[in-house]
Amino acid sequence: MNPALLQVRDLRTYFETRAGTIKAVDGISFTLERGEILGLVGESGSGKSVTGFSLIGLLDPPGRIAAGSVMFQGKELVGLPQAEMRKLRGKRIAMIFQDPAATLNPVLTIGQQMAMAVQAHGGGGDSAALALAARSLARVGIPDAAARLHAYPHEFSGGMRQRVAIAIALLHEPELIIADEPTTALDVSIQAQILAEMKTLAQESGTALIWISHDLAIVSSLADRVIVLYLGRIMEFGPVADVLRAPLHPYTRGLLDSLPAMADPGQKLRQIPGSTPSPLNVTPGCPFAPRCSQADDLCRSEPPPVGDQRHGAFCHHPLPGAA
Amino acid sequence: MSKILTAENISRRFSPHVTLGDRIARLFGAKLDRRPVMAVTDVTLAVQRGETLGLVGESGCGKSTLGRMLAGNLEPSEGAIRLNGAPPMQAGRKTTTHIQTVFQDPFASLNPRRRVGETITEGPIAHGLITRSEAAGFAGEWLAKVGLDPAYVSRFPHQFSGGQRQRIAIARALAMRPEVLICDEPVASLDVSIQAQILNLFLDLRQEFGLTTIFISHDLSVVRHVSDRVAVMYLGRIVELEAAAKLYAAPRHPYTQALLDSVPKLSLEGNIGVSFKPISGELPSPLSPPSGCAFHPRCLKATDLCMTERPKLELDDEYGAVACHHK
Amino acid sequence: MAGFWRDYRENWVATLALAVVVLIVAAALAAPLITPQDPYDLANLNLRDARRPPGFVGSGGYVHWLGTDAQGRDLFSAILYGLRISLQMGIAAGAVAFGIGTALGIMAANIGGKIEQGIMRLVDLQLSFPAILLALVLVAVLGQGRVPLIIALVTAQYAYFARTAYGAATAERQKDYIEAARATPLPGRSIVLRHLLPNCLPPLIVVGTVQIANAISLEATLSFLGLGLPPTEPSLGMLIANGFQYMMSGRTWISVYPGIALIVLIVAINIVGDQLRDQFNPRLRR
Repeated sequence: MNPALLQVRDLRTYFETRAGTIKAVDGISFTLERGEILGLVGESGSGKSVTGFSLIGLLDPPGRIAAGSVMFQGKELVGLPQAEMRKLRGKRIAMIFQDPAATLNPVLTIGQQMAMAVQAHGGGGDSAALALAARSLARVGIPDAAARLHAYPHEFSGGMRQRVAIAIALLHEPELIIADEPTTALDVSIQAQILAEMKTLAQESGTALIWISHDLAIVSSLADRVIVLYLGRIMEFGPVADVLRAPLHPYTRGLLDSLPAMADPGQKLRQIPGSTPSPLNVTPGCPFAPRCSQADDLCRSEPPPVGDQRHGAFCHHPLPGAA
Repeated sequence: MSKILTAENISRRFSPHVTLGDRIARLFGAKLDRRPVMAVTDVTLAVQRGETLGLVGESGCGKSTLGRMLAGNLEPSEGAIRLNGAPPMQAGRKTTTHIQTVFQDPFASLNPRRRVGETITEGPIAHGLITRSEAAGFAGEWLAKVGLDPAYVSRFPHQFSGGQRQRIAIARALAMRPEVLICDEPVASLDVSIQAQILNLFLDLRQEFGLTTIFISHDLSVVRHVSDRVAVMYLGRIVELEAAAKLYAAPRHPYTQALLDSVPKLSLEGNIGVSFKPISGELPSPLSPPSGCAFHPRCLKATDLCMTERPKLELDDEYGAVACHHK
Repeated sequence: MAGFWRDYRENWVATLALAVVVLIVAAALAAPLITPQDPYDLANLNLRDARRPPGFVGSGGYVHWLGTDAQGRDLFSAILYGLRISLQMGIAAGAVAFGIGTALGIMAANIGGKIEQGIMRLVDLQLSFPAILLALVLVAVLGQGRVPLIIALVTAQYAYFARTAYGAATAERQKDYIEAARATPLPGRSIVLRHLLPNCLPPLIVVGTVQIANAISLEATLSFLGLGLPPTEPSLGMLIANGFQYMMSGRTWISVYPGIALIVLIVAINIVGDQLRDQFNPRLRR
């Protein structure tokens, strides 16, 4: 059997600060198959973005991968020299960020930037690179792509800029795209267009996608499988439909109940009490225990186990789930 | 029902600041776009006492500008706003304390160098609602009302989380005992679980104080949850105004319909999964809004009439209205 | 506040500089107690002791550790008394410039329109030509003395404060907490004094620190050129000027020691100012 496209084992990313060690990612494991769309969902401080950055080797100090392994097509990425990582990045693994304005250079035309991205990985001459760029822009639904190559980023709207960023990510037909909240800054109507296009693109090209978001609904509209994170640890994982229909973890249940769409208008929402604690003093057991109505002494002292199943939760007292 | 807050044909124009540098650049032939932008155009609205009116729309639709004008924080370029018959703002100064605002970003809306107790009490002291000697107890009571420990009065904003700060901002607004509360995207910057807590707090306090509320949000499900009536805005105008249940069940304006369809929706019954339909096209620039109905370039039902003539927002009963030729 | 001080102490250069500033200020304040001689009391001066090198034991019976100047003043005493005057002038001018400049800057940002244009164009105009030139002209017109000197220094420096205050106030005014204060509504006076001003202070404190150093050096320059205070109360600049004519004859100490004192003070204040700027800058905060 072929190895999985991406196999992450016990990934731990720590930030050393003056106040202590922040375990932003604290033992995350998952696998991703070719062409699969995985949603990473969590609130702020859950470590979802740090996970993305860790995979692609873009951690800023004082962040560092303290332990774990990231196997990409059988190749270990943790500890890979920067030069080799750069060869992979952009060519076989691409990343899309929340703010497209920050990733595009304002003084270069879109065409120049895309040609540079092509040639960075040895993509031949200028005209060939530009032709490839135009094809890529057309794929993400930018009308009149060849002419738009001469435009500067500020001449595009926010939604169009994000499409350009996606087009750049698609240039080399990477095996894996990591998208970090790429539609958060966009309006709903534009977000819907981009979601629809990403879904088609992933299906057509067979590119695997890791979609990082705080919005359970968005992730569910796109992903095959979803991982729910809280304070750097996995709470629950599984196929989207199973997780939504029959969440096993009280945190996932709480997140779903918090959505206004899940309640009758005007009725009180079933809220999760309290707020995410400081990542500096996480309890030794389940990190969600202080806010969990089902928590007992076991939860507060022992990290919960998980079986080796398709849909599972790191919880001592999982909810009944589907019959 | 009686009207508490009314807006008659209000518009707001933002004229860009033409600097000396701009004038010199223009002298040398630079083509600078310095046309005024209409953020809100010709809005007429009557808010009923005790209702919660939701204002929804995408960014740049003018919902926040409209909210700021209704709150008396910004003067309309044209038209008049009346709270119980009197304008809430005159000659650039707010003249009433009966409308208060909760802002979007609780990190920016609290003065970082003031203790939260002072933040809550300075308005009531300035307007003689309480005396200086009552201030300490008053601040503590309000912190308790919004679910915080009264002992926190002497803390600074940076010692609180985002959700806690929004509670403080709500306490500051309600401590002025307003009749109308304007909430400008109050939960947009909060995590889902915290958002639920703040919405619950809002529902409780609204009932306790008998507030009339204008709730501005880009999040359709949040607006639906709290609103009695919803106004949908597009490019500075209200395109549909309807009771919330009716609007969400049977939208009459094609834009409302499209907006509702474009939100990924979770459905746990029947066919599990998520459905959405994107609207085609981009938001037009507010600098040069389309002729006729502003939505016609993106509308599936558009006809020649829509391109030439702007549909009026016609009140078809005392409550709802829609601005469309093909409703 | 405790955290601020902890961050400050992480930079040992800045901590050393702060210690030097404190030491110099303390020494200048305590000058009458720790100096062997009152250099301003002409009765104490003995011309037989003039221009003696460091280590000389004069007619007073004590050691002149830094030598004496052309009038027979003990240089150590003269430097400490000179520092007193320099610091007095620097701090007084800095404080007045801080007040006037901040008031003008915040007024411009707050009122806007013609007043804003008027104030800020005047400030720009003034920032566009050298402060020393302006100060020279003013001292020449107003004459010598403490008050004219302070007026000259303030006129040369208020513009920096005005510009900084204007920039900070313009940025702060955009923020929601100011709109929240207007929306309450709070009285205009308390919005400016309790909300706007406290949040504009950090950059102003940095500019203030550096401007005290600049005022001291500007005062020294004017005194060196003979346009500062009367020669009976020599500040550091005048001590340097007085010793200058003896440089060639090998009596370098008369200029060099006051010069070193001046340089150490100004450099130390600037290092403190740099550190404050780094700490107040949120983008550099960890």
